[in-house]
Amino acid sequence: MFSRAYKVAVTAPPLLWVTVFLLVPYLLMFCYSFWSVSQAQTIVHSWNLANYKELLQVDVYWQTLLRSMWIAARVTFFSLLLGYPLAYFLSFYAGERKHLFYQLVIIPLWVSYLVRAYAWKTILGSDGVLNTLLQYVHLTKHPLEFLLYSPFAVVLTLTHIYTSFTFLPIYAALEHIPRNLVEASHDLGATPVQTFWRVVVPLSIPGVVAGATFAFVLSLGDFLAPLLLGGPSGIMISNIVVSLFGAAYTWPLGAAISLCMLVLVVSLLFLSERLEKKWSFS
Amino acid sequence: MSASTGSATRSRWLSLHAVAVFAFLYLPIAVLILYSFNGEGVGGFPPRHLTLDWYRMLFADGPIWDSVLNSLQVAFAAMAIALAFGVPAALALDRAQFPGKALFRRLVLLPLILPGIITGLSLLMLFNVVGAKLSLLTIILGHGTALISVATTEVFAGLQKLDRAQEEASLDLGANYWQTFWRITVPNLKLPIIGAALLIFTLSMDEIAVSFFLIGRDNTLPLEIWGRLRRGITPEINAVSTIIFVFSLVAIVFWYRLRVRAEGSAEIVTELAEGVNQERQRQ
Repeated sequence: MFSRAYKVAVTAPPLLWVTVFLLVPYLLMFCYSFWSVSQAQTIVHSWNLANYKELLQVDVYWQTLLRSMWIAARVTFFSLLLGYPLAYFLSFYAGERKHLFYQLVIIPLWVSYLVRAYAWKTILGSDGVLNTLLQYVHLTKHPLEFLLYSPFAVVLTLTHIYTSFTFLPIYAALEHIPRNLVEASHDLGATPVQTFWRVVVPLSIPGVVAGATFAFVLSLGDFLAPLLLGGPSGIMISNIVVSLFGAAYTWPLGAAISLCMLVLVVSLLFLSERLEKKWSFS
Repeated sequence: MSASTGSATRSRWLSLHAVAVFAFLYLPIAVLILYSFNGEGVGGFPPRHLTLDWYRMLFADGPIWDSVLNSLQVAFAAMAIALAFGVPAALALDRAQFPGKALFRRLVLLPLILPGIITGLSLLMLFNVVGAKLSLLTIILGHGTALISVATTEVFAGLQKLDRAQEEASLDLGANYWQTFWRITVPNLKLPIIGAALLIFTLSMDEIAVSFFLIGRDNTLPLEIWGRLRRGITPEINAVSTIIFVFSLVAIVFWYRLRVRAEGSAEIVTELAEGVNQERQRQ
């Protein structure tokens, strides 16, 4: 029913915009990663693999990448640990208060990321709320120093931010489980624990995969929480990229690291899409 | 009997866990708001000398309000771009077949899941290559591009539920595509479009990772706050954060209402049924 002209009119403008502002920039990032910087601090458009060689040879790059993945993995684990039982409670036990609780979970999502990271900084600092509280009730004499400027602070803050993200797809998956499947399992003599592990959990796996991917990918690329709360031991891969793009005019190397991140993230997305398809029952 | 006590125990553990998670989610927000009234600074327990001084300081703070104005400009412009390209993109995905459609769909949605640093840096390289000077305009282009994904997903979901018969009738009765689009398609997609606009606006007001790389001389509000955080922290930041929180809260309640309405009568019918049940139980 839609004419050719209509289809072109709705397709061409977004296609053009997305090509110019998404596809071309990604391709440019690809090109930059094979270029180099001359003595005179200008970018030389000669194609070589020097940046990638440097990535493999200098320990700090791949070690930081591994540390970032380890931080992201912990964030993902804790977000699931907090998010899954909450989603299960809301979907199966909360009854009429479901809508209210759902709104309570998504409200923090709308609170500025920066504001929440800042709030944790005021809580965890050596003269912050938590340390002064502990001293006020005489549980500690001196401030606990590991709380702020540590990987612990980064994991805690990112878990706080991504728990709601992880919750959403899990909750959606649980809500889509036909309730008569659960009843059938009960009627056929399964205990509630068996029903949970054999019916509810397998059917919620697409949601878990989507939520875990969100948490892992977004925390892997974070650079603000580490800058604000991480200290030297909490530096992540994006912080290195930021510094390469900052004062030091080393864009090509920065582009090479970014491209590695991009490839890693896109392959994770691809993998999670495959997993979600494999486990979805409809 | 034993099954029902087991269920009660499980329910109790799960609700305890839920309380703990909510405490974890809301503790920083509560601390933030409480200490915006604290005369003694951002840390320090217990809070002492409750005061409105930080709010007074905030209202007299020129650079903060300049950055708020900048952020508002950016958010409105980004909203316009994201809707102008996101709505047609949703129509294209719903109705047109063209080579590279699958790639196009992935590309549009990518900024939603990609860490902001990648979107920001790749655009920075583009602006660098064409020699564009960084300014609010480059931030607008960045936000607009990244948030097309939001407009497209929301409107595409709305299109899936849309009955095409009305559009067909309009076309049969002699209206052209342009008239049909404005008089039939858009009014039918009112709720997803308003919902998307609200989301885009809020996300843009809060965005920092992309702006971080595209910033020129003028700061947006999150970047202004960021700059101050690096210099040292005062409860003035708590005060401005509290105000942002209140605005976000209003926006989200509004959005949720829209969402419930957009999800159609089925949802509302269940709500009505629940209400009737409650009435019955009371009698």
